[in-house]
Amino acid sequence: MTTLTSQTPGSPKDHGPVDVHRELYGAQLPSWGPKAVLGGAVVVAALLYVVADVNLMLAALVVFALSLLLPAWSAAVEGRRKATDRLVTVLVTSSFVLAMFPLFSILYTVVDKGTKVLGVDFFTFSMRNVVGEGGGIYHALVGTLLITGAAAVISVPIGLFTAIYLVEYSEGNRLSRWIRFLVDVMTGIPSIVAGLFAYALFVLFFGEGVRMGIGGSVALSVLMIPVVVRSTEEMLKLVPNELREASYALGVPKWRTVSKVVLPTALAGIVTGITLAVARVIGETAPLLIIAGATDSVNFNLFDGRMASLPVFAYASQRNPGVPPEFSIDRAWGAALTLLLIVMLLNLIARLVSYFFSPKGER
Amino acid sequence: MTSTLEPRRKRSTVVRPGDRIFSGLSTGAGILILVVLAGVAAFLTIEGIPGILADPDEVKSGQSFLPYVWPLVYGTLIAATIALLISVPVAIGVALFISHYSPRKLGQVLGYLIDLLAAVPSVVYGLWGIGFLAPKMAPIYEWLDAHAGFIPFFAGPASATGRTILTASIVLAVMILPIMTAICREIFLQTPRLHEEAALALGATRWEMARMAIFPYARSGIVSAAMLGLGRALGETLAVAMVLSVSAGTVTANLISSTNPSTIAANIALSFGEASGKTVNALIASGLVLFVITFLVNFAARAIVDRRKEFSGAN
Repeated sequence: MTTLTSQTPGSPKDHGPVDVHRELYGAQLPSWGPKAVLGGAVVVAALLYVVADVNLMLAALVVFALSLLLPAWSAAVEGRRKATDRLVTVLVTSSFVLAMFPLFSILYTVVDKGTKVLGVDFFTFSMRNVVGEGGGIYHALVGTLLITGAAAVISVPIGLFTAIYLVEYSEGNRLSRWIRFLVDVMTGIPSIVAGLFAYALFVLFFGEGVRMGIGGSVALSVLMIPVVVRSTEEMLKLVPNELREASYALGVPKWRTVSKVVLPTALAGIVTGITLAVARVIGETAPLLIIAGATDSVNFNLFDGRMASLPVFAYASQRNPGVPPEFSIDRAWGAALTLLLIVMLLNLIARLVSYFFSPKGER
Repeated sequence: MTSTLEPRRKRSTVVRPGDRIFSGLSTGAGILILVVLAGVAAFLTIEGIPGILADPDEVKSGQSFLPYVWPLVYGTLIAATIALLISVPVAIGVALFISHYSPRKLGQVLGYLIDLLAAVPSVVYGLWGIGFLAPKMAPIYEWLDAHAGFIPFFAGPASATGRTILTASIVLAVMILPIMTAICREIFLQTPRLHEEAALALGATRWEMARMAIFPYARSGIVSAAMLGLGRALGETLAVAMVLSVSAGTVTANLISSTNPSTIAANIALSFGEASGKTVNALIASGLVLFVITFLVNFAARAIVDRRKEFSGAN
């Protein structure tokens, strides 16, 4: 008390709270400073955009350059350390904005160019005997659903049982550690390598040049199994041990405990994981290009001949558009938009399932 | 004595058929995964070896395997490296923004937005790269050629279409951003709260706190995130195949011209349809090379993550 008053001679009433603040914290920019600089930058860029007709990318660059005034101002008022801090804040924030740029650009471009061809015909016609305008993606839609469905049928049981082994049966032995590690490594297998694997496998049985829908399913399973294992494992781990112990205490055998107590408890999470895994593989192009091939006709038989799929259709329409090219490229964008919608829908379903059906208290 | 112990011992050794089937199924599924992984390597080797040993005049390229695959490996590595150089700083920035700079409640939503980038199929990236990004990049390449042409990377002549290896790398950078961001974010969030608060209490600014508390803690995580991203970038097929305008056998440091080395994956996708005979085997062999490279990268990355898990005490 006494030392304080001796340091600040004169009546204490002259020093408002601002001065005490200043003594404790040093000089500071006003609290509206960052907002003002950012707002000013946006206004200037918007004016340039409207009046001087600069493009959007340049306008964004102007905003970035002008917001660097904030660290400069801070360096003048607050000193080097705070200025560095503000500079990093600007950089970190703009890196986020930079990352959002492609996302919105992709969404906008695909929706803008894809909606042109969307219509009832687009979904109900195949490309058989279509030259130039018209035609649709019915054959590709059928192929995508069949191949992905079969891939799910193969990978869900394997993935599910592997996760059950890891959590319920392995008790952390060496085999389980290897499985867990290799599953992680497996998530990094390039999709085209999975396609080549399926081809090399099927070639042994069916001879050279084999193209089959089910081969695509096998390739997609290689990519899907690790995702299913990891997500299911995480969900099974979340099931409280008390539930298992209560079940054992009632004399329930282990397999019934797992199938009647553990799995139902984790069901919402498992379904979410599987849906996300399907969403991941449904957009895979490379393996299907290798083993399922492309065709213009509808094919319902997974075990016989080439099968079109949405991503391969989009790729092929862009790559070999024919003459005149516009119609084919429009169809490529349409197929891409359809694919994007399916993937987003699956993601949405996954989130909704996990939100509404997960056990109460975990929301 | 024995009569009271006897039934108890019997009871504990009862194994129901249901139990046996169930545990057999689960163990079998686990082992099946190992078999599949071994199978990927085995089948690629079986079908690839004839391609490696093939005579130059048996394959379409007219070259023996090593000179055929070397430019592809070069292209793969250079595209992935540039993608990584672009993506790592951005990923760290975005992860830091989500974990420590944005308001806590907003963070989850922003993270979800970044995850959406991961959900976009690669063919859509390819279309975007060729239909949107490449035309936008073309004037930039011309400017680079005119003003920075003395640097070998920008030696020109600039591609008029913009379909260069630099464009492909930018697309790859966007594609690997989500996975790297997700891992960095996770690790930044695991930084012990006490370390952060201690730094702040000593008067550190937020950036100094990040430098002193978060980064040392997260360093190995960032390294492994970068390597996982590298693995993705090495194996990505369609986006590169669509964006890049390729001339076979090129090895060049020039990033902006219209003669570019292809990547292994893109080359397979582009040539597999028309290939026959030993050419197919050569393509499969190049796939084996890619598999080995990505396997090693992923193996190293996961090993770093796993080692870290053991002593961090975070999990």
